[in-house]
Amino acid sequence: MIIKFQNIRKSYGAQAAIADFNLEIQKGELLVLLGPSGSGKSTILKMINRMVSHDEGQIFFQGQEVNSFNVQDLRRRMGYAIQSVGLFPHRTVAQNIATVPKLLGWDSQRVQARVNELLTLLAMDPTQYANRYPHQLSGGQQQRVGVARALAADPDVLLMDEPFGALDPVTRAALQVALQQIQQSTGKTILFVTHDIDEAMLLATRIALLNQGRIVQLGTPLELLQHPANDFVVNFLGRADLGLQQLSLRSIAPYVIPIEGTPPTHVIAHSATVREAISCMATLHVSALCAVKEDGTLLGQVRAADLLENNHV
Amino acid sequence: MSELLAYPAQAPRRGAKRLGLSLSLGALLLLAYGLPYSQPLFAALFPDLARPVYLQEPMSVLMWQHIGLVLVSSSIAVIIATVAALATTSKTGLAFKPAMEMLAGMGQTFPPVAVLAVAVPAVGFGELPALIALSIFGVLPVLQATMAGLASVPPSVLDSARAMGMTPRQILTEVQMPLALPLWLAGVRTSVVVNIGTAAIASTVGAKTLGLPIIIGLSGFNTAYVLQGAMMVGLLAIAADLAFDELALALHGSANSGVDNQA
Repeated sequence: MIIKFQNIRKSYGAQAAIADFNLEIQKGELLVLLGPSGSGKSTILKMINRMVSHDEGQIFFQGQEVNSFNVQDLRRRMGYAIQSVGLFPHRTVAQNIATVPKLLGWDSQRVQARVNELLTLLAMDPTQYANRYPHQLSGGQQQRVGVARALAADPDVLLMDEPFGALDPVTRAALQVALQQIQQSTGKTILFVTHDIDEAMLLATRIALLNQGRIVQLGTPLELLQHPANDFVVNFLGRADLGLQQLSLRSIAPYVIPIEGTPPTHVIAHSATVREAISCMATLHVSALCAVKEDGTLLGQVRAADLLENNHV
Repeated sequence: MSELLAYPAQAPRRGAKRLGLSLSLGALLLLAYGLPYSQPLFAALFPDLARPVYLQEPMSVLMWQHIGLVLVSSSIAVIIATVAALATTSKTGLAFKPAMEMLAGMGQTFPPVAVLAVAVPAVGFGELPALIALSIFGVLPVLQATMAGLASVPPSVLDSARAMGMTPRQILTEVQMPLALPLWLAGVRTSVVVNIGTAAIASTVGAKTLGLPIIIGLSGFNTAYVLQGAMMVGLLAIAADLAFDELALALHGSANSGVDNQA
């Protein structure tokens, strides 16, 4: 366990914004704090690096109460990325990324190597971008630099507050994929705030669904969709879309059966989700598809009836 | 807007301004050191005057005294204003910010002559009241510009600086001050240029500046003196303004500090 909230309470005036908040975050997970605006998800996130103080209760980071740390030391051990990015406009991309390593006193050679490594990780050519200024980058590139800056000193945990909220759908999807890859390759613990359900479903290992400063339900994306705790969860996740959301979390692989008689006319990759398969069938006006491997080997077929009726083949 | 697009349009203007700076500096020096030799010219221009050229003190001496007075008073003003504005970023100084903003705003409507007039009864005639008045009046533009510059730093930039573990001092020196620098420089420019003009009026309280030929000319109905003094003050102000322009451009080129991008 890397972070633990214990009976946290935070009030603004007489109004309790956060009450009886308990949450444990495991090392290496990508926990999404999901909820409508005003649900306290950002406040929860900012309490971890003490950008917001908590009134009651305790927050433990690596087993120690956050208030027992020197605040600057604590923050340098946590990456932080926000929607408005907040890059330093007077510093180059490389200088921006180097901020925390420089604060930690890394030598310049190590800093430069790290900057190049991170730019490459985020699919930005160092020779092309390292010496540019933030205003010379697109919104998506700025946020890539923002994420690189958050990762710079190899922090124990990454705090992300709606980092992709201001980007267009295509750029957002690209950055979501980049973040997934980074999380898989580095095993970083990530806390991710969003109000976007699709984003939460895509990225989360676990979701904490918040409402009015409390956790309404905590679980994996599939758990939330299959066993919503109450009406709020059902309504928030989208009553009408609930079925489709579930389908998008499931692979077609278990539904592949041997072909009998004439094979279906069209093919789909066996790694596709059930949602993609059904969408494909609807577009092509067919009720079955051939499932193939990446190299084109035929594995069998999937049938619409199986996908929709059976939970487990 | 992209600054890359703005640059080509700026290039010819920059050349014109450089030429302007060289010309005004050249004319200033020519007038300061060449005035005694211009007797025939001004005699032709002002045939009714017995003494058409100001020769009581060398114009160059007055110019250097004028520049000295402005340099000292503006330096004092800039130091006071900068320290005061920076103090408003600290926790304890924050309480004084509204008062200082009001003072800075009010000061802009206060005519410099009035400041000068108030200083004389307090300390008597001479260089000192001029120095005091110019220092006080020079504070206000710098104070206002520096506070505006510090306020122009986007909250998201300050937030991320804090969240990355910068100390308040590091945030001030590495983020707020560099970003406020262009506006600060604009404030210093206003302060210095206004002080060059106001220092001329300081001759009325006994300071020896380029205002002296103007005052003597006005009281003795010698329009040639007025013209010579006014030309010197005007050229000095223009040269200083254009020099600050060069400085601002150099700063922009090296630091490339534009806050406009954080939309």
